[in-house]
Amino acid sequence: MKYLDEYRDETIARGIVAELGRRVTRPWVLMEICGGQTHTLMRYGIDEMLPGGIELVHGPGCPVCVTSLETIDKAIEIASRPDVTLISYGDMLRVPGSRTDLFHVKAQGGDVRVVYSPTEALKFARANPSRKVVFFAVGFETTAPANAMAVWQAKRAGLKNFSMLASHVLVPPAIRALMSSPRNRVQGFIGPGHVCTVMGYREYEDLIREFHVPIVVGGFEPLDLLEAILMLVTQLEEGRAAVENQYVRSVTYEGNLLAQKVLAEVFEVCDRKWRGIGGIPESGLNLRAEYAEFDADRIFGTQGVTAEEPAECISAEVLQGLKKPTDCSAFGTRCTPENPLGAPMVSSEGACAAYYQYRRHAMAAKGSH
Amino acid sequence: MPREAKVDVALHCPVPIAARESILLGHGSGGRMSGDLLRNVLLPALHNPVLERLDDQAIVDIGGSRIAFTTDSFVVKPLFFPGGDIGTLAVNGTVNDLAMGGAQPLFLSLALILEEGFALDTLREVMESIRVAAGLAGVAVVTGDTKVVEKGSGDGLFVNTSGIGLVPPGVRLSADQARPGDCVLLSGTIGDHGITILSQREGLEFESAIASDTAALHTLVADMLHASSEIRCLRDPTRGGVSSSLNEIAARSAVGIELEETAIPIRDEVQGACEMLGLDPLYVANEGKLLAIVGPESVERILEAMRQHPLGRDARMIGRVTDSNPTMVTLRTRLGTSRIVDLLSGDQLPRIC
Repeated sequence: MKYLDEYRDETIARGIVAELGRRVTRPWVLMEICGGQTHTLMRYGIDEMLPGGIELVHGPGCPVCVTSLETIDKAIEIASRPDVTLISYGDMLRVPGSRTDLFHVKAQGGDVRVVYSPTEALKFARANPSRKVVFFAVGFETTAPANAMAVWQAKRAGLKNFSMLASHVLVPPAIRALMSSPRNRVQGFIGPGHVCTVMGYREYEDLIREFHVPIVVGGFEPLDLLEAILMLVTQLEEGRAAVENQYVRSVTYEGNLLAQKVLAEVFEVCDRKWRGIGGIPESGLNLRAEYAEFDADRIFGTQGVTAEEPAECISAEVLQGLKKPTDCSAFGTRCTPENPLGAPMVSSEGACAAYYQYRRHAMAAKGSH
Repeated sequence: MPREAKVDVALHCPVPIAARESILLGHGSGGRMSGDLLRNVLLPALHNPVLERLDDQAIVDIGGSRIAFTTDSFVVKPLFFPGGDIGTLAVNGTVNDLAMGGAQPLFLSLALILEEGFALDTLREVMESIRVAAGLAGVAVVTGDTKVVEKGSGDGLFVNTSGIGLVPPGVRLSADQARPGDCVLLSGTIGDHGITILSQREGLEFESAIASDTAALHTLVADMLHASSEIRCLRDPTRGGVSSSLNEIAARSAVGIELEETAIPIRDEVQGACEMLGLDPLYVANEGKLLAIVGPESVERILEAMRQHPLGRDARMIGRVTDSNPTMVTLRTRLGTSRIVDLLSGDQLPRIC
């Protein structure tokens, strides 16, 4: 298929891998930020193709995975109310909260629906004035503008039955938290291509100054990722640390200014708890006070909900790149996609689920040698 | 609202969700949850050697004749979609379940569960589709039933069809017949039906030129059986897609199946929709395609016969049965690497970004 096969070409891929082999002189630890990138790496077995010495660890950029247990519990509590229609992106439905998930709420009679765009939720709210329609808004800077736009439109339209349970997260503070950890191993980052399509990559220059770590904004196709890895290794081997843009067909330095404007109009930066990692200062987005009438957390009085992660899950270490999913004693046995102990096993973008879904056979083969 | 669904904020350790006892949509997905339901709840109550073969149809001996017998229920939403409607699906689906056993389909039953308030004109339209589809497939609807449920207890119209057919002497097709060295054939492009339905769903509508592939496959099967006696197993990859059918064969035959990504035919429209929605076409439903496991010597002869038939024009070989990774389906990606094509737990979920 046009515009797709070009980015999945075996000959070009082998060429980049050969070039990597020529450039790399010592081991490097690289992290891809996005869950979508992890998914591609696993699905195409790109880590298998890389020359020895280049280690990829999988970052915290799966929005489903890092949404805190409290937030899931809040969504479940809100969706369980008879007067509420909770509308969500599809892969949030299977995420386990403390006791249940949204699929089970739906099975018990809760009105839970799936859409691709928050504007569909707005449409539903307009058409069903007797329902309290709540949009479950998770995601990074990528999904935030569309969600901001939905709230902005709801305010303009004077919609009284629409609100948002917002739990957005931001990438740069997460990179800062990872780099500040005394246990950090990461020497270079594949930056989040879709996040930077919205935000540009100006803000990543601060991280370079602070930590002297190379960041290459990368796309999501196999050749995007291989090229980004080559650009990172080239910088590392030359002792440079700069922000470079591999994903030029989508990302510009300034980003999408219109999207940034609506983001700033509707949301403000807040501290945020990340599932598996913990609290990161100024790493989230919440509705501004001017939009408080659309804040589901406030409307349904769920601000006080708290929850703790199960102890056995090592997702904190996985999401920080300290451990591989297969280092977990529960991986593939007590923790599977049917019965996830932690969030990275839930979404197909989660590092544990990606390993489980695509690479179990390779792991088993390695183990038996 | 039931109290169990409320959140108990003091509980720290998550209760394993799979242990909670209620039906979820995922139990109808054709994935691992469907298999668990079958094994843990349905089969223990009913076990007998015919049922336990778990093929798409039962084959029973009655007075020296081998009769194929099957049933299927249809709950599709919307009822009408490009390429067909619930009526065409109900006929073709059951005809195909018989055909996958190598049978000549003969008679169908038709049961309708109607919701109070359902428009008679719509019902007439569905019945007309059933008439046309049955005529095309050469089967007669010889018995039936109607029930009406209260408004709110159904979703307009549910249809069940059962069917019987005759299996020619010497034909023995079953999911436990695959052997290392066998080849995997596919009759045409995948994902057309599932993506068509998805594009029509409330809240997810997108424009597309794709139509459902719903079709009766028994004449294609007859041509294949005529071409070679080396056909081990046939499956029509409906819900759960190619992946679920092949995983079932791999498990039942205790073999590995290795697919070649570049050999699998997918329309650009389907590929594009899948890329956009974050879906894998290997898990998307088909209603007019078949998978065949065949002996290596007969591949060309069978492919030739398939390509002569209008429903097999794009037929090709997409993989091989192996003795490595038994019970697993793997895929050689277009980059030359290998990955698992796993049985999904429930339905495939569109991704956030």
